[in-house]
This record gives sequence, C-alpha cells and structure tokens, in this order.
Amino acid sequence: MPTISELGARYRSGEATPTRVVETYFQRIETLDPQVRAYVTLTRESALARAEAAEKRLKAGNPRGPLDGVPLAIKDVICTKGVRTTCSSKILENFVPPYDATVMMRLSAAGAVMLGKTNMDEFAMGSSTENSAFFPTRNPWDLARVPGGSSGGSAAAVAAGLAAGALGSDTGGSIRQPAAFCGTVGVKPTYGRVSRYGLVAFASSLDQIGPFAADVRGAALLLQAIAGHDPLDSTSTDVPVPDYTAALGGGIQGLRVGIPSEYFTEGMDPEVEKAVSTAIEVLKSLGAKTEKVSLPTTNYALAAYYLIAPAEASSNLARYDGVKYGYRAPGGKDLIQMYGRTRAEGFGPEVKRRIMLGTYALSAGYYEAYYGKAQRVRTLVRRDFQQAFERVDVLACPTAPNVAFKLGEKEDPLQMYLCDVFTIPVNLAGLPGLSLPCGFTQSGLPIGLQLIGKPFDESTLLSAAYAFEQATPWHARAPALQ
Amino acid sequence: MAQAKITQAEVEHVARLARLDLSEPEKERMRSQLDAILTYIDKLRQLNTEGVEATPHAIPMVNVMREDEVRPCLPAGEMLANAPEREGDFFRVPKIIEE
Repeated sequence: MPTISELGARYRSGEATPTRVVETYFQRIETLDPQVRAYVTLTRESALARAEAAEKRLKAGNPRGPLDGVPLAIKDVICTKGVRTTCSSKILENFVPPYDATVMMRLSAAGAVMLGKTNMDEFAMGSSTENSAFFPTRNPWDLARVPGGSSGGSAAAVAAGLAAGALGSDTGGSIRQPAAFCGTVGVKPTYGRVSRYGLVAFASSLDQIGPFAADVRGAALLLQAIAGHDPLDSTSTDVPVPDYTAALGGGIQGLRVGIPSEYFTEGMDPEVEKAVSTAIEVLKSLGAKTEKVSLPTTNYALAAYYLIAPAEASSNLARYDGVKYGYRAPGGKDLIQMYGRTRAEGFGPEVKRRIMLGTYALSAGYYEAYYGKAQRVRTLVRRDFQQAFERVDVLACPTAPNVAFKLGEKEDPLQMYLCDVFTIPVNLAGLPGLSLPCGFTQSGLPIGLQLIGKPFDESTLLSAAYAFEQATPWHARAPALQ
Repeated sequence: MAQAKITQAEVEHVARLARLDLSEPEKERMRSQLDAILTYIDKLRQLNTEGVEATPHAIPMVNVMREDEVRPCLPAGEMLANAPEREGDFFRVPKIIEE
C-alpha cells in the first residue's frame, strides 16, 4: 500500500482520488480484518463523505495539505464526536462522545479521513491487546501472535495496509512496543507536545497521543498535524512546532548517539540484540558518533511506573460510576452497591488489578513508602537521561526485549509488565521516543529500534530515523496476508 | 515462606475504597497477584532516595490561569444523552438518603 506522502502525491497528480482510495481501504478491511481484527468500529459513511469533500478540494486545486483525503485509523481511547468510543471496555461499550478530541479537530481541519476506531487493551492497560473486552487483535506478520499493545489495533491496521496511518496513545510504551511488534514506525512525542484534550485518561502525567505510519515521513506528517499548544489542555506546552519534514534528508553526519548499556540486558532475545547492534553500526556508517552511556536507574523504572501509573489510573477511573455515562449494573439497592457492582461488572481483570494496586499505593499508611518513593525514583530516572543528554543528542536501543509473542503466552501479569522495560523510563522522564523497523527474526517477525530524544526535539529523532530508513530495506517489507 | 505483602483483609479494604465488589475467587486471585507485583516493586527499597525531591510531572509546569468568565458549554440534552438512567434534565441514581 502507498505511504502517506505517496498517497498525497498521487492525489495531487490526479493518479488517485480519495473516494477510490477510501473504497479500496474498506474493501481490504472487509477481506483482511476478519483475520487481523484491528477495528472495533468502522465509520464508512462519514469516511466516504469526507473523502468526497477532499476530492472536491483537490479537483479545485485547493487541498488542505499533505493529509487531505488520507485514510486513518484512530485508537478507541480518543474521543470522536458522534462515534462510539469504548476504550475496548464493557463499561464504555455504548459511550458516544458529545465532542471531538483536539487531535481529531486538527486532523479534520487537515482533511484526513477516519476509517474507524481501533482495538486496544482495555483503557490502554496492557502490552498485547489481549486485554480488550471484545476480542484480541492478531499480528499481521503471524496471526498466532499478538500485535503488542496497548495500541495493537492501530499498529496492526497500519502494518496490514488497513489504514495509511493511525493514532495511538503511549503511557509506558503503548505506541512504540506495538510499532516494533508490527514493523511500523511509531512516535511517542514529548509530554506536552500533543494535546490530551479528549484522550480518555489513564495516567495523566504519562499519557501522550502519537502517530503510526509505514514510514518516517508519514509519521512526521501526522505529528505535524496534531502537535502544538491547546488552551483546553493545561499540560500542553506552548513551545513552537518546527517543520518536521524539513528536517528529513539532512543526514546525521556528526550526530552523537548514546548507547545505554542497561538496555542490553541478559535475557533479551538474541535476535533482537543482534539486529539492534547491526542498526547501531548502520548509524555509524552514516556518520553518527556512538558512545556508551549509563542510565543506572533503569532497573528500577518499571517498579516505580507500576506504582505511579496505577495510582493515577485509580483516581482517573473513579469517574466510571454508572451515573453520567457508560454501563450501570442493574439492581443496586443503594448508590454504594450500584457503584461496586457497576465497576465489578464493567471493568476487566487487568483494569481491576491496576485500580487495586493504585488505591493500595495511595492508601493511608502506604502513601509515602510506595507512591512517594516512586516519585523520588522518577526524579532519578529523569536525572539519568539529563546527564546522558549532556553528552549525546539521541539514545539508540531496542524498543522491547522480545519480538511478538503468541496469544495466551504471557498469563502472569508481571511477565506482561516486563515487556515494557525499555519504553517505560521514557514516559517517566517525559521524553520523545520513536520505534522503527530494524530487521526481522529468522521466522520473519519484525524487530524495533528505539530512538530517544531530548524534550521537544522530535526533529532530531525523525531525521535520524529517516536516515536509517533510507539506508535499510526493512520498511519496504509487508506481511503476506490474503 | 516469606511474609505476605498484602493480606486478604487488606484486599477487601482496598476493594471497598475502590468501589469494586470482588467475588470470593477474585479476591484470592487478586491477593496473590498483587503480592507478586508488590514483591517485585520492593526492589525500590534498595535505592537510596534520601534528599531526592519528588517528580509529579516530568516537564516543568506552572499553573495555567484564565479569567473566570461564562463561556458556551454543551447543551444539557447532549450531556445527558449517555446517562444510563435519567429523569428530565437530571441523572437518576438509586436512593441515597434513608427515609
């Protein structure tokens, strides 16, 4: 399938039209999505109407920009006016938002066409999309395996050519890890770079919306459209948004790349280690200067995260009470009983686990020992990165210690949490991170290279990723789905 | 055997705080899973954080203020459209006050 920039070029030359392209995507979805199951809701009618509008603009020689008429998939954690937004949870199964998230307003203004909403781990809690209350999504490269998570539906949709690009959200790796598992590019922007208005909150100090695309340029174009300050999100930052595509193609001569030794641990998949080491050699051959750096708190970041994120989640998810929207359990004889039953029936096991863990960590007598301690560790994680970035421009490491695993393979919650060991520190420090394909295992599963940048320096990440992509063949491979 | 990090009674207490009516089998499963997670989290104790300030937000932030003025908001009908139960322009809930 064409990339986002290829689509734009074909639209402008008249070689392709948005309505035909959108129709083609729906045909592919009809044929292939019963196997992949990336989507929970399709929005065919509104997509075709938007495609027609884009087509008129293009014909009149007046397109809105590089995303006009480009078909996208949106993770079902992002509010879409009039379109059911479920978070893949029973408790929000029938929730229809009365407003659009800021990112949706911006994509609409850019002319993009939403094809549908994608499956995810319930409330973005998970690393495999198996925690969806509806059904698991499959990895397009091997249908017996998971696509990663929590944005597994968005990653799988892009990998399978069921959308030209997608949006996901990343709280501890939920864009980068599925991007790695599915062989796509995924970007978690700096905290505050993209508005969270209309993003259903999981852990508010960590959540960020970001793009998936088949190539780096596509991810840059999507980020361009959604980045920037928003008065409706007081944590969005008023830092100018640079021209992300302008930075592509400039090369990486002299770029200082740090290799964090703690990210090459025992127990990681040897094929991942080999591919990432080879990728670092490629960066060197392109003119980058690599040096070893140390991030000594890495080993503690996961533990701190599993106090901070559940603590914030337990508070954010208190709003699901069966009163204002969402599911309500029948038969509660008073308010307290109705709350307890509604939440017990409406939430799945992982969400309950995290609410319990977070409530425990915040409860009287444990607050300082758990939550307070975790916030201090978070400071140390941040300092590690700050010190490393005094010497280097970006860090390069694996996105995940493993490749896509089989459905049902990780039943122990803690084993699932460990999938995110290399992505979580980036969220704790609020930094931008990017995953892009850097090779395949013998059995044909994609491997992800993670690049980590300084705050608000997505440009450097994108330009390094672009240089790597131009020098390697990995992004051109597509899964053989029929 | 090492002492449990979290007891059944604590699980029940926390579930009450979180408004989650867990079933009996759920409670025991939850206890053992939380126990394993808390045991893992215990590694934080190895780290000396004395004198280290807490980080609630990774990117430095200040309070954002604006004038307290009336602005347009969504109509009541749209806000109520998702209510599981409503009566007129109100959300309907089970009885709160004893008669």
